[in-house]
This record gives sequence, C-alpha cells and structure tokens, in this order.
Amino acid sequence: MTPQAEIQLIASIVAVACALPGVFLILRRVALMSDAISHSILLGIAVGFLFTGSTSHPLLVALATASGILTVSLVEGLINTRRVKEDAAIGLVFPVLFSIGVILISRYAGDVHLDVDAVLLGELAFAPFNRMAFFGLNLPQGVWVMGGILLLNLLLIGLFYKELKLATFDAGLAAALGFSPVLLHYGLMTVVSVTAVGAFDHVGSILVVALMIAPPASAYLLTNSLPRMLGLSALYGVAAAIGGYWLARTLDANIAGAMATMTGVFFLLTLLFAPEQGLIARALQRQRRRQRFAVEMLLVHLSRHENEPEAGTENSLAHLVEELKWQPDFAQSTVRSAQEEVFVERQNGLLLLTEEGRQVASRVLQR
Amino acid sequence: MPGQRNGSPPIHIEDLTVAYREEPVLWDVDLDVPEGTLMAIVGPNGAGKSTLIKTILGLIQPAAGQVRIYDRSYTEQRSLVAYVPQRGSVDWDFPTNALDVVMMGRYGHLGWLKRPGPTERKLALDALTKVGMQEYAGRQISQLSGGQQQRVFLARALVQDAQIYLMDEPFQGVDATTEKAIITVLRELRAAGRTVVVVHHDLETVPEYFDHVLLLNVRAIATGPVAEIFTPANLRRTYGGHMDMLLARDGELTPGGGSNGRHS
Repeated sequence: MTPQAEIQLIASIVAVACALPGVFLILRRVALMSDAISHSILLGIAVGFLFTGSTSHPLLVALATASGILTVSLVEGLINTRRVKEDAAIGLVFPVLFSIGVILISRYAGDVHLDVDAVLLGELAFAPFNRMAFFGLNLPQGVWVMGGILLLNLLLIGLFYKELKLATFDAGLAAALGFSPVLLHYGLMTVVSVTAVGAFDHVGSILVVALMIAPPASAYLLTNSLPRMLGLSALYGVAAAIGGYWLARTLDANIAGAMATMTGVFFLLTLLFAPEQGLIARALQRQRRRQRFAVEMLLVHLSRHENEPEAGTENSLAHLVEELKWQPDFAQSTVRSAQEEVFVERQNGLLLLTEEGRQVASRVLQR
Repeated sequence: MPGQRNGSPPIHIEDLTVAYREEPVLWDVDLDVPEGTLMAIVGPNGAGKSTLIKTILGLIQPAAGQVRIYDRSYTEQRSLVAYVPQRGSVDWDFPTNALDVVMMGRYGHLGWLKRPGPTERKLALDALTKVGMQEYAGRQISQLSGGQQQRVFLARALVQDAQIYLMDEPFQGVDATTEKAIITVLRELRAAGRTVVVVHHDLETVPEYFDHVLLLNVRAIATGPVAEIFTPANLRRTYGGHMDMLLARDGELTPGGGSNGRHS
C-alpha cells in the first residue's frame, strides 16, 4: 500500500470508530462530553509519560482512559451539586484537566513528540512511518491500534445494542427493568475515552470531536431508524476522512484540519438538502402548505357567496383581492392553481365553483 | 429471577420517607394495595405522587421505610411489575418506530445480551392491536399524536405481562379516544386479577374509573375504597384551601357514587 492509501485507511478506521459511539452521544444529548474527554485525556497521557518516559507504553492508554472517566464523574459531580448546569460543568472541568496536562508536558516533556500542536491536530502525515507487523502483514501501527479499537466498539455496541438503546430512550424503564443506566453510561463513556485516546495520537483532539459529532448529527437528519443512523454515520465519517485527505493534498494543508472541515461541509450540505428534514425541503413544504391553504380559503369564500344575489360582484377577481387582502400577484397564482385542479371556472370575469371545488370547500369547513 | 406471588399484598409500603436534600417529599407513608384493584393516587402538585411510584420501582432510594412487592424486595420481583412513565419523560425524536418501543417492554424478560426476535415482535403487535394502534406499528414515534404516544407506552407495559402495573399520569393531555382505550385496558387488567396503580389528576373521573384511592399530600391522608375515602372532607384535607376553588369550578363532587360528569 502506498503511504497515501495508508493515511486514508487509518483516517477511515478512526472515523468509523468515532462515529459509532458518537451516535449515542448525540441521542443522549451529551455530545460535548466528547470534547471534554478528548481534551482531558492529555492529563493521563502526560502523567503516564512522566512515569514511563515513553509515549507508547500501555500505561499511557490506561491512564488516559482513566482521566476520560474522571472527567465524566467530575462533570456529573458538579451537576449533582445543582449549583451548575451541565454545559457549564463540562466547560469548567475539561480546560482545567487539559491545561494541567499542557503544563506537565511543557515543563517536563520538553521536545518529545508531545507538543501542543500535535495534541490539537495530530500528525497523520507521519503515521505511515511507524510500522508494526502482525500475521505477516506490515502495516502502520495506527491501522492495528485503531482497527483493534474499532473492532472493540463494534463488538460492545453490537452486544449491548438493546441495552444502550433502552437506556438512551428511557433511562427510567431501563433502571426499573434492571439494566442500570449508570453502568451503561459509564460503559459508553469508557468506550468514548478509549476511542479518543487511540484516535488522539493520530488525528488530535479537534478531529476526534468532529468525527464523533458531525457524522451522527448529519445521519440524524436523514433517517428515523437507529441501525441506519449508525450505518450512515460510519459512511459520513469515511467520506469526510477521504474527502479531507484530498482537500489537504490540494491545499497543501494539515490533514486532520482538512478532515474536520469536511465533516462540517458534509453536515452543512445535509442540513440544506436532506429530503425531509433539510432546510430547503422544509421551506418548500411550508410554501406548498401556504398555497394549499390559500386555495382552500378561496373555495370557502366562493362557496359562501355562491347563492347570494350579489354573487356576481363578490366573486370577481378584483373583489377577492380586496376582501381576502391578497396581493394581486398572489391572488392570480392562487386562482390559477385552483383552476388547474378544476376547483373553479372562469366565466365572463366571474369565478364559479365546480362540483369538485364545492366538495373540497365543504370538507374544509367540516375540519 | 422469576418473581413469586404468595398471600401477601402486591404492594406493601411501611413508614416510607423520601427526601431531596433533607426536604421531605414523602413523609412516613404506609400503604397496602389489595390484589386485583384499580387504585388512583390523587393529590396536589408536589404531593410526591410520581416520587412514590419511582420509589416503589427502586428508581429513588428512600431515606427510611421499605417497599415490599408480594413480601419481597422490588429487585427480586422486577418481572412482576410493569411501569408506564410520564410521556414527557422521554425524547420522542428518538430514531425508532412504535413497534420497537413496545418491544422494549420485553427486554426485562429477555435479560442482558439476548436479542428480541419474532416472538417479541408478535407480542408487541398484539399489544398494539389491543390499544387500537396496529396500523401505526411502523410509524416513527415523533409522528404520533400525544394520545397515540401514550397508547404506545401502555402497549409497552402490556407486553411486560406483569402482575402489577404502575402508571404515571397516563391520562395526562390525551384525546377522548385514547382515554377510552386506556380505561378499557385497565379494566381488562383488573378483570384478569392484575393490580393497577395510577397517578391521576382528574378528580371528577376518580369514582367512575377507580375502585381504590390513595389521597396523598407528602403524607398519606387517607386510603381505601373510593366509596368510603373519596369524600369532600378528605379531599379538603388533601388539597387544603385549593379544594374550595376546585369544588367551585367543577361543581359538587359526588362521594363514592358513579359520577357521570366528564371533563371536555
């Protein structure tokens, strides 16, 4: 495999590994927890580095995961004091843990790989240099590590899918049935922490947040089914990873930064063009409803004046414009669409209801 | 673990006190719910009605006292108890459909790890049919009306196939069709010997719908058969000064008798 292909492979694996737990973060409305965790794991990494003097020791992963869990419990502890709301609690906890990590690194870790740029954006471009061979396959270490984490996420979410779904939708019932929502919450947060720790090394904390939130948020606009939301999130993640790689190539820019940008671009496109929930679809629906209502108003008006002696004047177009307070253009187009549906006919400048139009009018009045 | 029934009452509550930060929400509540009854829990806002239900279910830890389900702890008897939470307690934008929500009622019987299959699907469809919602099985839950959502919750409790049904305001803000569907199902449950406890707000329908009542305002003011307990004097003790206002608005409440007056 070429280094280019390897970078895209690692990024795609990271994207799917992040998107799957991200779906549950979005549905549980704790999306910002990914931001908190992906930053505060730096504390665990820094402490682990001080103990072991290595940046790839397994202890680092354990400590980093532990600082992710610490973040979650500190945030929840703060919320439980009922003096701080959830968003503020998240904003209070992770900058403190993150900056302790930054201080430790800048004070003790000098010029090793752990510099602050790498923390925020990672350095995907170097990933192919660090290689490991397993089963006779010589691949970048990132493929093995993130592949392992992806498998773990698939396995856990697959096994506990029913429990996670129930605890996310209705924590009260989950607890009553004996599926501890607290246990499931911390389980999910551990998965998020482990994923963030693994991904962090390759893509930095910003891309971890982008990959956990934007693909599920995009998928949520396209589907009403949880399994499909999981699948689409994974696809969105892969698309952003590959699209971002080529954007970075074109612009000669940081790869992780370009990928994070692409998650935003894909979200924006979905927000605009999603077939049912997109902004454009919504605007069209509103427009259609307005048209529909105007036609119904016209029919009701005509039917009410149909049998009166002054029907002649009431039902002229000019009079309608005045009576219903419509702009002339709008009146014209409404009459035209009523004519197209054969609800009204024009005779000698007067508007007459057809039989069908009369039926529609009486149905509307009965609503 | 399968739950067990014996001669003991379905729900027995003794000296139950629940507090949020040393502020008592329930104070020394005693209650026995007899088998095969339809019981209403009635009381003003903040009386602790939902708290009582949640404490029975072990969702809230009491400061003192105990709850027994057929003389055992709730944890041992989980499979005998079905729960209908308030409709507003969940996010109806969750990406799933009505049938899937109803199947969640079977999760307790399935236990950890086991997946729902055709049996669960069949039970869920039957339950949806019972509440008149079979045509909506595949409907995204956010597209259901409030009353339809409430019926989905009721169907979910039905598939739990429990001995005891605890329901938190199932009649809150529902249409007339749903109200009729719910009360029909509740009466069927009672006819089948099940015990149903409902947090209820509409005083006027209490004599028509229920046979037992608990009047609750932090303390258990009175409990027993509606005919004996649901009196203006007891209601006044429960609601305090507000009662005169309620009586003035709704007209005189007929204690114990079958009130035909209905809210619109």
